Amino acid sequence: MPTITIDRKEFDKLMGKRYPDELLKDRISMLGTDLEKLDSREIMVEIFPNRPDMLSAQGFVRALKTFMGIEKGLKEYVVKNPPIDFKVMIEKSVHMVRPYTACAIVRGLKFDDQKIKEVIQIQEKLHTTFGRNREKVAIGIYPFEKITLPIRFVGSKPEDVRFVPLEWEREMNGLQILSQHPAGRDYAHLLEGKSVFPFFIDAANEVLSMPPIINSERTGKIIEKTKDVFIECSGFDMNTLNICLNMIVTALADMGGTIYAMKLEYPDEKTTTPDLRPKRMKVDLNYINKWLGLDLKMKDFKRLFEKMGYSFDGKEVKIPPYRSDIMHPVDLAEDIAIAYGYENFDAEIPNVSTIGEEDPFEVFKKKIADLMIGLGFLETVTYHLTNRGDMNKNMLTEMDCIELMNPANIEYDILRSWMIPSIMKVLSENTRHDYPQKIFDIGSVFKKNPKRETGVEEFVRIACVSCHKDANYTEIRQYLDYLLSSLGLEHKIVKTEHPSFIPGRAGRVSVNGKKIAYIGEIHPKVLDNFGIEQPVCAFEVNLSDMLEILKK
Amino acid sequence: MQKLLETLSPVERNVLPFLKDGIELKEITKLSKKKDVEVMRALQWLENKGVVKIKSSLRDVVKLGENGRIYEKKGLPEKRFLEVLDGKMDLESIKRATNLDNNEVRISLGLLKSRYAITILGDDVEPTSEREGILRKGFPEEKFLKKLPAPFEDLSDEEKNLAGKLLKRKDIIIKESAKLKHVKLTETGKKLIRKSKFSKLDLIEKLTPKMLKERKWVGKKFRRYDVEINVPKVYGGRRHFVNQVVEYAKRVWLELGFKEMTGPLLETSFWNFDALFTAQDHPVRDLQDTFYIKNPRTGKLPDQRIVKAVKAVHENGGSTESKGWQYRWDSESARSNVMRTHTTCLSARTIAQLKKDDLPAKYFAIGRCFRNETMDWSHLFEFNQFEGIVVDPDANFKHLLGYLKNFANKIGFTKVRFRPAHFPYTEPSVEGEVYDPVHKQWIEVFAAGIFRPEVVVPLLGEDIPVLAWGPGLDRMILSYYKITDLRELYKNDLKLLREIKMWLR
Repeated sequence: MPTITIDRKEFDKLMGKRYPDELLKDRISMLGTDLEKLDSREIMVEIFPNRPDMLSAQGFVRALKTFMGIEKGLKEYVVKNPPIDFKVMIEKSVHMVRPYTACAIVRGLKFDDQKIKEVIQIQEKLHTTFGRNREKVAIGIYPFEKITLPIRFVGSKPEDVRFVPLEWEREMNGLQILSQHPAGRDYAHLLEGKSVFPFFIDAANEVLSMPPIINSERTGKIIEKTKDVFIECSGFDMNTLNICLNMIVTALADMGGTIYAMKLEYPDEKTTTPDLRPKRMKVDLNYINKWLGLDLKMKDFKRLFEKMGYSFDGKEVKIPPYRSDIMHPVDLAEDIAIAYGYENFDAEIPNVSTIGEEDPFEVFKKKIADLMIGLGFLETVTYHLTNRGDMNKNMLTEMDCIELMNPANIEYDILRSWMIPSIMKVLSENTRHDYPQKIFDIGSVFKKNPKRETGVEEFVRIACVSCHKDANYTEIRQYLDYLLSSLGLEHKIVKTEHPSFIPGRAGRVSVNGKKIAYIGEIHPKVLDNFGIEQPVCAFEVNLSDMLEILKK
Repeated sequence: MQKLLETLSPVERNVLPFLKDGIELKEITKLSKKKDVEVMRALQWLENKGVVKIKSSLRDVVKLGENGRIYEKKGLPEKRFLEVLDGKMDLESIKRATNLDNNEVRISLGLLKSRYAITILGDDVEPTSEREGILRKGFPEEKFLKKLPAPFEDLSDEEKNLAGKLLKRKDIIIKESAKLKHVKLTETGKKLIRKSKFSKLDLIEKLTPKMLKERKWVGKKFRRYDVEINVPKVYGGRRHFVNQVVEYAKRVWLELGFKEMTGPLLETSFWNFDALFTAQDHPVRDLQDTFYIKNPRTGKLPDQRIVKAVKAVHENGGSTESKGWQYRWDSESARSNVMRTHTTCLSARTIAQLKKDDLPAKYFAIGRCFRNETMDWSHLFEFNQFEGIVVDPDANFKHLLGYLKNFANKIGFTKVRFRPAHFPYTEPSVEGEVYDPVHKQWIEVFAAGIFRPEVVVPLLGEDIPVLAWGPGLDRMILSYYKITDLRELYKNDLKLLREIKMWLR
């Protein structure tokens, strides 16, 4: 989750005064943010993904101030009407690659080194979270003084458009940027293969940027002299872009800027952004009271809504235009709960009587484990993920494997299809410990089965091994006989050949005609592969099948 | 004293007669004809019983060198020289007869001459009349060699003199400092030895079936064991400590009236994500967070009714008051197979099967979940998760906190606190921390909330509150067992599994 860092002096300035650390620590963690650090130099706060509007120092402090009662209610922002040339023409050519943009101009800002860093932080945090790494939303901020209005948003062949990208010295075309510029390489996947790329171009035919990749070095870089900025958000959903733009312009307004609207001319529609009118939602107070188990009155609701930056007239709440997370009245219920204070809720246990019930298969597994423990076996717990080396190569088998598409750890790239390899691995990692080593493991194995919902069937199996200088078939057979007869099952063993076992010392076990187990002495070649220097005898039983038989 | 005598094991009794004050371990070994380790063990046991004290001291010890060991058997060169010399002989024939080397011959000549046993005439040597007397009396050096090894200070003046001379010769004896173990008899020990000389003991060592059958034990005494000494370790079978905690947690759930849910580890994205209103472009669905399956890559979607309802709620809120995610829901993405990232998919499946008559209902699950992560001390790609849901038309947020508090108390934590949190499928969301009095710190154990109507309505067909929570199991285990590295949990180190204390809650 994203974390923002705010300079403490800047924070205190935004708050209006310096508040005691202890008070801030408590309030910040009850606001629905995670405080990571607070000292005299800086504040680090983790922002939950549902509140991207708090990814700026301004947005965070705005929420904290109402929550702490320093301010209250909805903060209204004025948007000045656009002069005639405050216009962006969106051409049809861009529709197939990045169809929408929402734009604004903010004037009267005072940038210094600190402020520039802040603006870049807001842009970057919004890019990675709300913008889904620029796929959903890409944000561009430009020095107004370098731009000649109006602006065009066009789709052009990438090889035809040339400009000097940020932090670069020479002109490149769109394709060269993707292959050579660091930002181009990082985000190339967002444009690769498109016949046209999107470009913002001003009235002087100067390229401003190639979203969602990079701005122009000449017209797309904010410096300390910059006072006015042009902001655009581009993407695929107008609603998302509007909210994102609102988060940025309200933060800039809180920095002291004045917001100006821009006219957007789409081929078939004219509109104006930003739209900072609050959204409205009807509130069913009973629903919220019931959901939270509270008995709040109208005036309580008004007070609590105002604490969270809303306004409330008794019927409808006005939702701040930068809030992206209010989809349903329950979202309001959560904000009421936060405003009420989680610490103020009485924890109640309702008088609802239900009967507890354990899953029958889990009960069965526990009984099997008890029997094995009675035989002196130690239980291990192993991973379901493994690799071909351990599961096939070391076991001398060639079983079909279910592969993971994208394992972060290449040593664990398949799902196991039987249990004995997992437990052999345990033996191989414990050769320095005392023998005899008698261990068992109950776990799931995976087999392809097209009839199943996922195309994979899971079986629960038990693997059991005894490893010591005298381990042999008779011993492991005694354990298996005991296990099965304790469950009232009669079994038959037929000799079999299996590459993991010594020829002539392996058996296939069946109950009521159903094959449910393998048993035998592990082949010395297998022991050698795992680096085990004591004989091992083993069995593996399918418990899923066994329970089916028992049920009949 | 009699009782003490009866506790002596056979090896202790073997050693006992040879004990005397100051005797050295090696000497007891020699006398008793037992092995060093046996004697040592017997002495330790006797020391435990207060019979002896074993003293170690660093002392100069004189012992045989390489040549000394040969001479001890074959005789000193000068003796062999003199024995052969029964008349006038030349040096070459002496050498042949004695098998001595030049050096040995040279030394023998010098020594024997100084004792007036020979006269030298050019290359010939002739014995004197002393020869017979010397041979009869024997060489004191040889007697001395037979006594070795011995502590230097225990030697008589004469022996010290001999040692001094022998040390000048090549590799016959060595003087070095060594740790010696001496026995010092206690008063009890002295009495015990006296007593043992006069009492004949016929103690039963091991009781055998034969003795029982033939009643041979009647009238006899058993050797008394030292029941206080340590014995070799033995290890029993037992559950893995993580599963002990799992079983315990299950019992708590069952006592609280919850029914167990189980289900597959490999799921479709539909149940793992879509049914839980997790947007299809949510980062948790990225390849770097979730394990996807290469083959079979996709599975089947359930009942059309549910699929349609889920699709609608994602796109525009469906029959709920929600606006939904405002995008086009892709059924192909929902079909992708994944390793389940949480047990919450079990809750989704359970809710989808509930009927109105089943309510109120409470369910829990405990199971393995997967996260595509490289392993380190605080991250595992497989971990255990708990899950609890309460489906109750009258449930509310206060009840949620009540259940969490109750559960925390049951597992042994009395102080609980709650903070706002965020999860995609609950609203409100809450994080619960419990106070660990041992480490004096708050630990995060609950992630909880009320399922959003966008989750419940498509599955259940009605907007009923579902309280849901998932306490992390691993952190509680770490805290209880004082383990700092998560990997220890599933490393299966047999020593740890054998020796770790049981879960005693």
